[in-house]
Amino acid sequence: MPFDARRWPVWRQVTGKDLLGLGRTATSTLTEGRTARTATADRVATSICPYCAVGCGQLVYVRDGEVTQIEGDPASPLSRGRLCPKGAASRELVNSPLRELKVKYRPPHGSSWEEISLDSAMDMIADRVIATRDATFEEVDEKGRPLRRTMGIASLGGATIDNEENYLWRKLMVGLGVVQVENQARI
Amino acid sequence: MGSNMAECHPVAFQWVVEAQKRGGKLVHVDPRFTRTSALADLHIPLRAGSDIAFLGGLIHYVLEKQRYFRDYMVNYTNAATIIDERFLDTEDLDGFFSGWNEDQGVYENRTWQYRGGSVWAAAGQRTAPPPQGDGVVVAGEVPFEDPSLEDPHCVFQLLRRHFSRYTEEMVERACGVPAAQFRRLAELICDSSGPERSTCFVYAVGWTQHTVGVQYIRTAAILQLLLGNMGRPGGGILALRGHANIQGATDIATLFDVLPGYLPMPMASDSTDLDGFCRPHGGAAGGYWGNLKAYLVSLLKAYWGDAATPDNQFAFDHLPRLTGDHSTYQSTLGMVDGTVKGFFVLGENPAVGSAHGTLHRRGLRNLDWLVVRDLYEIETASFWYDSPEVAAGEVRSEEIGTEVFLLPAAAHTEKDGSFTNTQRLLQWHQRAIDPAGDRRSELWFAYWLGRRIRAKLEGQHRDRDRPLLDLTWGYPLEGEQQEPQAEAVLREISGVAADGSQLPGLGALRDDGSTSSGTWIYCGAFAGGQNQAARRRPHWEQSWVAPEWGWAWPMNRRVLYNRASADPSGRPWSERKRYLAWDPEQGRWTGPDVPDFPVDRAPTYKPPPGASAENSLPGDRPFVMQADGRGWLFAPSGLLDGPFPTHYEPQESPTRNPLYEQEANPARQRFLRPDNPYHPTAGEEGADRFPFVMTTYRLTEHHTAGGMSRFLARLSQLQPEMFCEVSPELAELRHLRHGGWATIVTARASIEARVLVTARVTPLRVQGRQVHQVGLPYHWGSRGLVRGDSANDLFPLVLDPNVHIQEVKAATCDIRPGRRADQPPS
Ligand code: SF4
Repeated sequence: MPFDARRWPVWRQVTGKDLLGLGRTATSTLTEGRTARTATADRVATSICPYCAVGCGQLVYVRDGEVTQIEGDPASPLSRGRLCPKGAASRELVNSPLRELKVKYRPPHGSSWEEISLDSAMDMIADRVIATRDATFEEVDEKGRPLRRTMGIASLGGATIDNEENYLWRKLMVGLGVVQVENQARI
Repeated sequence: MGSNMAECHPVAFQWVVEAQKRGGKLVHVDPRFTRTSALADLHIPLRAGSDIAFLGGLIHYVLEKQRYFRDYMVNYTNAATIIDERFLDTEDLDGFFSGWNEDQGVYENRTWQYRGGSVWAAAGQRTAPPPQGDGVVVAGEVPFEDPSLEDPHCVFQLLRRHFSRYTEEMVERACGVPAAQFRRLAELICDSSGPERSTCFVYAVGWTQHTVGVQYIRTAAILQLLLGNMGRPGGGILALRGHANIQGATDIATLFDVLPGYLPMPMASDSTDLDGFCRPHGGAAGGYWGNLKAYLVSLLKAYWGDAATPDNQFAFDHLPRLTGDHSTYQSTLGMVDGTVKGFFVLGENPAVGSAHGTLHRRGLRNLDWLVVRDLYEIETASFWYDSPEVAAGEVRSEEIGTEVFLLPAAAHTEKDGSFTNTQRLLQWHQRAIDPAGDRRSELWFAYWLGRRIRAKLEGQHRDRDRPLLDLTWGYPLEGEQQEPQAEAVLREISGVAADGSQLPGLGALRDDGSTSSGTWIYCGAFAGGQNQAARRRPHWEQSWVAPEWGWAWPMNRRVLYNRASADPSGRPWSERKRYLAWDPEQGRWTGPDVPDFPVDRAPTYKPPPGASAENSLPGDRPFVMQADGRGWLFAPSGLLDGPFPTHYEPQESPTRNPLYEQEANPARQRFLRPDNPYHPTAGEEGADRFPFVMTTYRLTEHHTAGGMSRFLARLSQLQPEMFCEVSPELAELRHLRHGGWATIVTARASIEARVLVTARVTPLRVQGRQVHQVGLPYHWGSRGLVRGDSANDLFPLVLDPNVHIQEVKAATCDIRPGRRADQPPS
């Protein structure tokens, strides 16, 4: 395409009404030919920022089974479409190549991670829970009052995960008699 | 105060700026000058750890200048209530209240009770209060009160006496705040309170992470009650919380001492009889806690379904019992000492995020097994080969016997579920895509782990497994990964009637087993069979209260205790601050929010004899969770360290307590063991080795212990390096160069950081000497795209006695130029 000085953003900025270059003059032939990822998405899921407890609204754009963009949701009465640097970085949070994809296992005294299947990890964890619980189970205290618990297992976490997850996890722990169940609220 | 809202909760801060545009005034009281201070009308730097002296000074000012909102205070607080005449104050006992048991290091609160009756606390330590007088537990009516406020034993007079020495001169000595500046603030707060206006306090962990953290917030609560700022639009005390669902995790509840909805977890010493547990002295408490049995039975039904019957006390015996403090720091010590053998870590990073990281990592090394579930390989998973101790050669990987499972977690975009934000608002997020590889939700993990363990134990027929095998565990599974349906869990949390229909709200809960609800305060979140948390009506299509966006607990109520927004007769205190009002013609409360009590409860309502729970409160008592329906200026029960807040120095302080001989909170939780050394405090030998105050904080671009930010390129570029903030004066004193290195030293650890010399941290004059403060962000660790030392390693374990939170907002340290000695070769 031949160079047209009148299409040059600086020219339009100086001669037009957009001196600061914050409006349409910031576009060029190149950028005008681009399409926003939000426009090409197959689907938009409504979501909430996973970082702090302000709870800003998010819109998650999906194309071909991948999250292609995360934007602030203008409809939210809390955030009115805004996101701070963390909320705005959440696409990288979910798409980063550094994210773990496979179970990693380190045997006692091991010197490196090993790969095991999710299924065997789940089975091994279930076995560890049962063994530790049995070895440390307390039926009654020294006065003969019921305890029905284990002090050999503890759990920490919950502030970054959902209500439903916290609820189900605590329910399982209560059933097992694990009383040391805590989350970041304590910290 | 205790918050840097502009940087830590930036998007919420837009509303503060909106308020300023409408003429509101913003004051920032904080040791550091931050972006919040930059936008404030007034910034007051104070010594970290001195907030109670400061707020106590404001209470003193309000009382002595008679700037309290008298009608509100007399009617809506316990100002007029008369306290047991045996009660003795910290003014009488030089820093102690009556009831101190020196041998056990605990208070006994018998003398703190109301004259003629003891009251069960609505929060905090919920064990039954000691029987008092004729043993009645107050339900609605307070036995003795003096509305003229002149009785020397009434709360108002006790409060005046308690804070009588918290003068502006004292504030200057204790906090380093000049009297003129303090006065300006006091005037501003008083002018911005009353029928026509309201003042809001905002805090964050700058208030909670102290050995008197709960009492910091209590002090603000007393001030707000005196000024009539609770339950009214624009008023209140807002806790800004740092994690997306830290509120929900507290509510629902992954905390050792509460069951979902803040129901007390039973102690071994409590009655094993369900009725005895819910009604320790025969009578039910007044206010909504009078329904404790209905809430608890509904939870037991949600947990154990058909196995919870009237004949087995609804499986009350299935609950495990507590015998003391089983909080996370106790678990850490249990790992170090070998009693805790297995540990689950779900989306948390204690190796970096908890006080005394060195001790945590030692605990992790001593476990049999550890399960970490996270998006990234955080320090808590890698401690066995990548930690300061391994780097320094103190331990070798092969010596560490811990078996470690790192399970990749699903992100918020890969699962359905709700977060509860800092204002109690439940908001739903949708699964946009399925998680790849081995990534799974915690819901999947909890469900499938439970299913496996149950399958393995089923055939054994052991009594100890009954609570596990009896759990209702039949959730619908979806998709290839067999993901449990999150909405089904929310339905269980919200609750169902005997016929299976979703309950409309907590008023429907019964104690006869005919209702089930996993969390009574969330009851109604699925009312009408609709996921109320998923509602997203745009704000431009509804009122400014926006009741159709998400769902706030309880009952979609946006302002708690909103009965206080109207006067005792039900009229708004002013047109300007109108919120709820009683409409005598319709016989109901009207306004933009859901009333905090039955909608047709007339202001003139007087409880008939024998009325219980919320029906025992007269129609002009707004604080419906309290047994007496009143805001507690004086807390007769619920707190382990005194009915009034008192200024105590932090465990480690550069100055003596200017008010009392007793330096620190006598009831604080200390751990006197060689691996948890404390510095000598002011006045003790050797205190000058650690002459400076250190305090920790967050940055906008990072998220708490860094697990969700240090692995991200953009955020790492924006804040690439651990640093410390020091004043030009301290830099000169210690030869620190801007941009150079410094080593911060305590008895627990030495860490290095880049030096940021800035006037944002001013040295303060406290008790005639200059106190220097060092500011430390705490986001870094040994992993991620940007790495650095962890500030939390510097701190000891010393806790608030009520909530077991560590003191990391004020302790002492030394700072030296240069890198730390054991710096690994780079
Ligand atoms: S975008 Fe920022 S302010 Fe909003 S919830 Fe996320 S972290 Fe908090």
